[in-house]
Amino acid sequence: MHSLILSTAARYLLPLLLVFSIFLLVRGHNEPGGGFVGGLTAAAAFALFAIAYSVDQTRHLIGVHPRTLLGTGLLVALAAGCLSLLCGLPFMTGLWSNLALPSVGKLGTPLLFDVGVYLVVVGTVLMIVFELAEE
Amino acid sequence: MDDSTTDDTGRGNDRPRLGVAESLLATIPLIAFLVAAYLTVTGRTLRLVWSWVPSLQVEASFQLDGLSLLFCLLISGIGVMIFVYAPGYFRGHRDRWRLYTWLLLFMAAMLGLVTADNVIMLFVCWELTSLTSYLLIGFKHESEKARAAALQALLITGAGGLCLLAGLLLLSRIAESQELSTILGAADALKQSPLITPAIILILLGAFTKSAQFPFHFWLPNAMEAPTPVSAYLHSATMVKAGVYLVARLSPALTGVPLWDNLIVAAGGVTAVVGGAYAVRQYDLKRILAFSTISALGCLMLLLGLGTKLAIEGAMLFLLSHALYKATLFLVAGAVDLGTGTRDIRRLYGLFASYPLLAAAAILAACSKSGLPPFGGFLAKEVVYEATTTLSGWATWATTIVALLANACFVAVGGLAAVHPFFGKPGEPSVVPHESPPGSSQLPAGGAARLLGWRLVFPPVVLGLLGIVLGVLPSVTALYFISPAMSAVMGQDIGVKLSLWHGFNLPLLLSVLTVAAGVGIYVQRRRFVAWVDAGGILRYAAEGGPQAAYRGSLALLKFTATWQTRILQNGRLRLYLITVLASFAGLVIAAFLYRVEYTQFGKLLNLRLYELVFPVLILAALAMAVTSTSRLAAVCALGVIGFALAMLFVLFGAPDLAMTQLAIETLTVILFVFVIYRLPRFATLSSRGVRIRDAVVSLAVGGMMTVIVLAATSAHAPSRVSQFFVDNSLAIAKGRNMVNVILVDFRGVDTLGEITVIAVAALGIFSLMRLRLEPSQVPAEAAADRTETTLAANGEDASSPSEQAAPDKPSATGRGE
Repeated sequence: MHSLILSTAARYLLPLLLVFSIFLLVRGHNEPGGGFVGGLTAAAAFALFAIAYSVDQTRHLIGVHPRTLLGTGLLVALAAGCLSLLCGLPFMTGLWSNLALPSVGKLGTPLLFDVGVYLVVVGTVLMIVFELAEE
Repeated sequence: MDDSTTDDTGRGNDRPRLGVAESLLATIPLIAFLVAAYLTVTGRTLRLVWSWVPSLQVEASFQLDGLSLLFCLLISGIGVMIFVYAPGYFRGHRDRWRLYTWLLLFMAAMLGLVTADNVIMLFVCWELTSLTSYLLIGFKHESEKARAAALQALLITGAGGLCLLAGLLLLSRIAESQELSTILGAADALKQSPLITPAIILILLGAFTKSAQFPFHFWLPNAMEAPTPVSAYLHSATMVKAGVYLVARLSPALTGVPLWDNLIVAAGGVTAVVGGAYAVRQYDLKRILAFSTISALGCLMLLLGLGTKLAIEGAMLFLLSHALYKATLFLVAGAVDLGTGTRDIRRLYGLFASYPLLAAAAILAACSKSGLPPFGGFLAKEVVYEATTTLSGWATWATTIVALLANACFVAVGGLAAVHPFFGKPGEPSVVPHESPPGSSQLPAGGAARLLGWRLVFPPVVLGLLGIVLGVLPSVTALYFISPAMSAVMGQDIGVKLSLWHGFNLPLLLSVLTVAAGVGIYVQRRRFVAWVDAGGILRYAAEGGPQAAYRGSLALLKFTATWQTRILQNGRLRLYLITVLASFAGLVIAAFLYRVEYTQFGKLLNLRLYELVFPVLILAALAMAVTSTSRLAAVCALGVIGFALAMLFVLFGAPDLAMTQLAIETLTVILFVFVIYRLPRFATLSSRGVRIRDAVVSLAVGGMMTVIVLAATSAHAPSRVSQFFVDNSLAIAKGRNMVNVILVDFRGVDTLGEITVIAVAALGIFSLMRLRLEPSQVPAEAAADRTETTLAANGEDASSPSEQAAPDKPSATGRGE
């Protein structure tokens, strides 16, 4: 089943949705958003691309296996929690830098933790979607 | 009779040289020994504390007093000998490094056990010794017997360990400290607390299982499946004494509590007699020694339970001398086994010519075991008799008789295990029973024995000689070993004077009587065994009864596990859901009925019209999803419900939830579409009754959830937790989006756990979908079903298999709907 409209739309929607998902991720601490919903959005974008084209092309586009995303995400989240240990603070104490970015706010380990959540969600959903779609 | 001819070294014919690391293994325990010896000689006590789990006030604290040091010396000193011996014993064995690792781990755990001051630390080390014992008993893991023995030892000592943990926690709760040194100081508080009875029972369960006291003793003879160096180290000299150590450690606080004293004396007394008598009727060298170890452990418990100064003195002396001579005898037995290929005393005799040094070591050990002067065992036995004869009333008689019986059996065991293999003659009536041993025609007479390396001979000789040193230098023994240990056990400074010669008195007379009785038992062994077996009571107590109880409880456990798996985990997702949902709803509804005050709902109908649109939409979509006969339609209807819910979230000011709900709904629909391709055509399979049952459960769960939500929103007490989040979200966590701040900061650890669960679930789904059963595997069950069906279909002519298969059919396929 190949639809020209869908595949053309998907080609433009994918980068837009990915940018939007990252937008959701980074603003999450102050405005509605966050790693979970950002990850879901990104995963939906890739799923759409997989439907419009093929799983193989989507895999090629992502470049890494979803389970790599999964593992990286877990490690990033864990590392975000462990950074405070290096400063002699209890596990998962938030550390903040004074550097502030527009629409993101201050940078700190909670954002890094959210990045981990984002990656885990993307990895999980894509792993299931790819497996189901590849049949 | 056991298979006593196993070669548990697994070696080949060639004898490879030892590597440097292997030959220097003994330096590790040697360092520990030197440290312990230095501390002993200088008479210093040490206390080391590290912070371990500060949030639970658990500290890794160690305290070295006289009792700890005595045990440390035994553990490290005998450890040196074991690590000299083991490389010779296991020369060229494939798995020898694994064994060395476990042995070292065991030694570390055991040293930790006897020095720990924190009860949690003590428990952890206690369980570590059980675990390493399990691994070491099961070292010959190809042998089913070894595996079963290892598991038995682990289950019994592990269960006892859990009891011990509960008991120690009770103690630390009463004394409000986890440090043993503080707990022992709170003796009065302990004795007055009502919790002391359960605490004592639990702690003694731990001590009795570990130290093989009746009726938990039966794992120890079975543990002889372990390689002999392991038996010598763990199951005679050190690990089995952990229970004795624990009782001695707690004595300053608990001696004088009647329950404590009586239980220990009773268990110790019975164990001493049963083990001793039963040792004499064994034929396997290691089993003889195992039962006599049980008896010795019983004696130690008995003495600690008596709790008088003399009894404690006797216990410490006996502990020391027993560890030395029993390890010697085990090491000799291992060397003999290696040299001749058997441990069956019916096939071992006249080995003196082949192994003169081993014979010397064995005789030294046997003399100490028999309590002959001038050996350490003599010192111990004299003090023990002095202790038992100075009690009052019937206790004096009972304990003296028990001690006499046990010691007489020790003399006989010494004869069987040490004298007969080296100096005996074939077919001696004292050894050979009515029936001749298996394969007795190919006896390895003295000359057929293999040559043994120095590593197998040197350690038993050294340990045997140490037995004399103990006795010849009684003042040294008293000053460095017994007095400090006694001070720790009695809780006050005590100086002890020991001497070999006490003059002609009652203990000496009893000693003479003991030796005479022991020689009598040895010479008249056949009669003694017949007497022991008479009525079968002792046999039942020593082997049959407890073993049967163990097997019975294991069978019960397996039956229960099978039963509950078949009922609860039957592999049908629908039934799982029904079980979970129905019990959830049932419990909550019961709670609501029980506590009616929560079921007051306020401001129910305060809704605007446009807010009602979405609930109505949800109900309509719900009706469609339930009644539709098209899967795609049902999925779309579910999607409508999800989007309507998201709109409700938007209306009621939860944009985060709404956004997530929308994303989830989108992905769910995509996933459903993928799945629908794979499903068979839609069909109604459930019967009417099943559908009604499902409807009832669904309505109950839905109704219950509705009631909960209504009740929760009408409750007026505001949650202090949410106020905390409102106050601190920006101030502490620097975020204005409270939901996200909770997720990544306040409850960040929860989220970390959740994403881990998500990741594991994803991997599970991934592997399930990748699981491609080979064509030969898939129909295995189906094929079995088909066979049964054809057999059953054969009708009246079907033979017995079909009759067995037929009743199985309904239970296999007719379960559920």
